[in-house]
Amino acid sequence: METVARSQSATGPDAPASSDSTLVYRQSRWTRLTHWIWAISLFFMLLSGLQIFNARPQLYIGKQSGFEYNNTIFEIGAENTDAGPRGYTEIFGHRFNTTGVLGWSGPPGNETARGFPSWATIPSYYDLGTARVVHFFFAWILTTTLIVWLVASLINGHIRRDLAPRLDDLKRLPRDIVDHARLKFHHTREYNTLQKMAYGGVLFVLLPLMIISGLAMSPSMNSVLPFLNEILGGRQTARTIHFTVMLLLVGFFIIHILMILAAGPINELRSIITGWYRTDPPAHDDKTTERSA
Amino acid sequence: MAKFQISRRKFLTAASLGASGIMLSGCDAFDSQLSIGSGLRSFLENANGLTYRAQRWLAGRDALAPEFTEADIRQPQRPNGVTAPDDDTYKGLLANNFADWRLEVSGLVEKPLSLSREQLQNMPSRTQITRHDCVEGWSCIAKWTGTPLSLVLDQAVVKPQARYVMFHCLDTIDRSLSGDIKYYGTIDLIDARHPQTILAYGLNGKPLPVENGAPLRVRVERQLGYKMPKYLYKIELVDGFANVGGGRGGYWEDNGYDWYGGI
Repeated sequence: METVARSQSATGPDAPASSDSTLVYRQSRWTRLTHWIWAISLFFMLLSGLQIFNARPQLYIGKQSGFEYNNTIFEIGAENTDAGPRGYTEIFGHRFNTTGVLGWSGPPGNETARGFPSWATIPSYYDLGTARVVHFFFAWILTTTLIVWLVASLINGHIRRDLAPRLDDLKRLPRDIVDHARLKFHHTREYNTLQKMAYGGVLFVLLPLMIISGLAMSPSMNSVLPFLNEILGGRQTARTIHFTVMLLLVGFFIIHILMILAAGPINELRSIITGWYRTDPPAHDDKTTERSA
Repeated sequence: MAKFQISRRKFLTAASLGASGIMLSGCDAFDSQLSIGSGLRSFLENANGLTYRAQRWLAGRDALAPEFTEADIRQPQRPNGVTAPDDDTYKGLLANNFADWRLEVSGLVEKPLSLSREQLQNMPSRTQITRHDCVEGWSCIAKWTGTPLSLVLDQAVVKPQARYVMFHCLDTIDRSLSGDIKYYGTIDLIDARHPQTILAYGLNGKPLPVENGAPLRVRVERQLGYKMPKYLYKIELVDGFANVGGGRGGYWEDNGYDWYGGI
């Protein structure tokens, strides 16, 4: 789908003062549909995943969990102290007090030993079987959506046109970082370099890695793809990778939301709901392209 | 292209409704709809059937679970579930070192069997070093020795209408108002005849300890730990399991876990 630009008189409250701004068709229906399906799937996968993690709130490196030797790199737990029960989180042997959130949480006077707190899990009560039902249902949705997106985006040119990095992007990177640091945004039809890296990283690295490390934890899939565990460093390392990718996706989500708020939430949301995006007036010294530096 | 224009008011209303839904959900908005038997739960469980068919299609009948080396055995096999059955029958058998214990093979078979420990151990055996994956998330590598289940099934001659192997166990895993609940489970005949599916009586070169399921437990290496019952005393060939226990094919399945524990 090619860029469709149309003139629009700037009457909306969020329209810039200049009447040169235009609405451009930025997001195809496939991009918008898959975006929201992912948003819902990732929400349920995260909360049910935290519940699953609560069944064994520890991460190990290698083929198996060390019970008689130590290969634990992360642990959420609860312990009794003179001042009462305490929740803790241990990362590479460094222990932090996380009472109230991780390890020991709940309504005042009714706290329990729990990895992630009740408000962060589906279901809210401890139920591994149910969390797995929710997790695997949305795993199918997420994976199917990724395939649909990939096919649609190859056909409609989204990947080639919007996501594939070009030499220009590399040159533009330092300037792009400075602009983002100063919260200075250029509203153009194209993604900027950091956007390409973030979206490309999520779609081509994090989500596939999430699916692969998830499959590597499956004893049935281990019989089909035995090399998966070896590539990822063993079943427990695969589990650790699965968890780490979750943290990276949560980090992406937080930055994604902050960027939308900083760049103008109405315009950004309109483009991912209706497809139409209001761009900045073209720069006077650059008549050939809408793309600003 | 059909134009879909959304007014700011409409959008903000929808967005705030959506956001408040998300805020609520973290607490308990979904809890009531996720209990066993509820409509939403049953709908989501359809994915389990899809997962099962995908795994069956990809793994087929005979794809083997990875096996490991002696060097990977770095610790005793971590036990789970019941580790010291308190049942009188079991304690009586244990007191006599299982000399009176028999494995019964019944149900949809031509020749019901009652095998002693010696008879079972005199059959051809298989030893495999495999990884036990608990549904909770931990793993442990150990060496298991036992009789391939397929040999026992061949000896009993399975009737054509049989579809599942049901394992009956001696340990009480739970107590309910209607009485003690003994551990039980089912696998289909594809997994039952899988070359790595054994009735294990040996662990890491020694007799199977009580905590790991003495005198006999099941190993189904392409599935999770809860599919491998301990304290086995009866194998029953059945054509369905709807009328047994909670009707979902096993103790943990009756508590909401997937019947095919392949992932």
